Amino acid sequence: MWNLLRRSIKMGRLARKISIDSGTTSEPILPELGQSLHIRHLDCGSCNGCDWEMTALLNPVYDIQRFGFDFVASPRHADVLMCTGPASTHLVRAARDTYEAMPNPKCVVAVGDCAINGGVSQGSYASRQGIGEVLPVQVCIPGCPPTPEDMINGLLQIIGKRPINLQKAD
Amino acid sequence: MQNQLRDYLLSQPDSKITIWSNNEGFVWLEVDDLPKVLEYLLTLPERPVWLTHVMNDERELGHGFTLYLLLHLIGDFTLTLAIKGLDDSFPSLTPIFPAFNWAEREAQDLFGLKAKGHPDNRPLILHPGWQIGFHPLRKDIPSESLNDDKYKSVPLPVPNALGEGIFEIPVGPIHAGIIEPGHFRFQTIGETVLNLDAQLFYTHKGIEKLLEGKDLLEGLSIIERLCAVCTVSHSLAYCEAVEKLADIELTRETLLWRTILAELERLYNHIGDIGNMCAGVGFALGNANGLQGKERLQRLNHEVFAHRFLRGVVVPGGLKIIPDSKSLYALKNHLTEIARDFEEWIPLILECYEFRQRAVTTGMLKRESAIDLGVTGVAARASGVNFDWRTAHAHLLYPELAVKPVVEETGDVWARISVRVCEVRESFRIIMTLLREVIITGESAVKVSPERSGQVRNLKLPPLQIAWGCAESPRGTDVIWLMTDEQGKIFRCRIRTAAYANWPAVPLAVLGNIVPDFPLINKSFELCYSCCDR
Repeated sequence: MWNLLRRSIKMGRLARKISIDSGTTSEPILPELGQSLHIRHLDCGSCNGCDWEMTALLNPVYDIQRFGFDFVASPRHADVLMCTGPASTHLVRAARDTYEAMPNPKCVVAVGDCAINGGVSQGSYASRQGIGEVLPVQVCIPGCPPTPEDMINGLLQIIGKRPINLQKAD
Repeated sequence: MQNQLRDYLLSQPDSKITIWSNNEGFVWLEVDDLPKVLEYLLTLPERPVWLTHVMNDERELGHGFTLYLLLHLIGDFTLTLAIKGLDDSFPSLTPIFPAFNWAEREAQDLFGLKAKGHPDNRPLILHPGWQIGFHPLRKDIPSESLNDDKYKSVPLPVPNALGEGIFEIPVGPIHAGIIEPGHFRFQTIGETVLNLDAQLFYTHKGIEKLLEGKDLLEGLSIIERLCAVCTVSHSLAYCEAVEKLADIELTRETLLWRTILAELERLYNHIGDIGNMCAGVGFALGNANGLQGKERLQRLNHEVFAHRFLRGVVVPGGLKIIPDSKSLYALKNHLTEIARDFEEWIPLILECYEFRQRAVTTGMLKRESAIDLGVTGVAARASGVNFDWRTAHAHLLYPELAVKPVVEETGDVWARISVRVCEVRESFRIIMTLLREVIITGESAVKVSPERSGQVRNLKLPPLQIAWGCAESPRGTDVIWLMTDEQGKIFRCRIRTAAYANWPAVPLAVLGNIVPDFPLINKSFELCYSCCDR
């Protein structure tokens, strides 16, 4: 116990103390979703880079619950579908089914270059050129892979909030 | 022993040895002799380790279909057994050495050749539903037919289990967390798993076909994206193959920084994996500490090498980025701090009685199974197999660092976490030793190495040559086998990743355990789906 306490005092904060309410900039993409987004992750054949960065959103450093966002286990509980990967052929049907299972209103986010345009998988016999060929994409978060910060800013964009800068933390 | 082996191989009718040096042998055999020779090799006192199994369509070169088997023998000797002139089938070696199971089924799917005598003839890498006769790695497949309109989704064939009290639990391909896709079919009696069928290859993207005809730098950018968390290992293996072909000598500085990069990758993976194993039992404290450690290491990667997954650093012939003295000290100071921090939080996990309870005797993989299935990396070492590519093969600066493979005997989840913990300490030691050398010689800060200039871009590879490269990733040995075409571009690139070698062991380790322990067992192997499915 003392060890733990000593450690937290010594380490200080890894994440920057930010004002969660960064202020609105524009109209939210889907106003009817409100300010708290529940997210379902959908791997459509990614190299797992985007997925690991998404996992990092849940670590104590990024801690996206403080923004009102959270990952849910079922598409039936989700407002947002965060898709990674170029849509590999074997997963096209599962991707459609997942999207169908989500209640309206819903929003599809293409995370990473592969999800946006196929990335390095362009021209393959077993993949599409981006998830946009399968599902209606509303928001794109480019990067190979995008950093957790990019992802937070992409999500803030959906609810019409100004992007934040976490990097000044250190 | 090499001489004895050479005599044996020469005694085979129509065998032809084309390469025989201290560390490497290449022998052509008759098709019918291959099973016999492999059986002989498996009876050697030190069993050979399976590196890769390559089927290749060399009909345009007049060789028919060709099969290459790469085996690693004790004494750092890599033996390639090759057979050519295959027409529509090849002898299955799975009954002799089960490690070839998946590779042979894959060759059936991608080349349309029949593995004669294979016990499991279900499709593997191309799910059922692809047009009959579509075998994409055959060279005569017209490129315009390479799109996915030949696929209609149909249910996967799964084994049935019938009887009173047997339940079936289908899971996936889309899972409830942030996990890659795969379908798991559990047959259970009560809570105990009777059988598990893992259907993977959902993220199959046809990368091996995509690589054909690409030049070596285009190839590298695809290889780096096979899987994010083994980026460095894959590119090291690929570059080793390219450098062998182009006959490039590396400077000591390059070798040193490549060793550091490989160990940095091992560090962030192992520390993150220890955290993820805690998540597998809902142990939030361990999970939070592991993820935090991983995040700090990834930020350090970004600070020093400009990428959180270290992409774009290793290039054929050298490195794109060699840190200057400022980042060198940043690297050293941060790592010292992270290593100290690791020693503070790791006892919280290792001394947690409840966690130990869940991990000990869970997900046992027997040593014999690990050897038969050709399991590699942490999973093999936790089951008592003393094999680590860093010590088995002299490469990078590993020989002078005296790396000791960490071996545990029990083969359970606890053994796999213990191996990771010891390897983390070893990696910290290796990096610190190397950084000390850089600081003493001080060469890194001043010199611009020639391989960072445009030289590599114009690199020409000799036509129709074969080379292989290996690297020990955090998950095990990754093997890349490369053959060039007449223009010096990629003719065939076979990728055997550690995840591909280890996945068949997971269903075996789960048997007899309870269903709620599956996430823990799965996470203790921590295999990627992407670089397995390619």
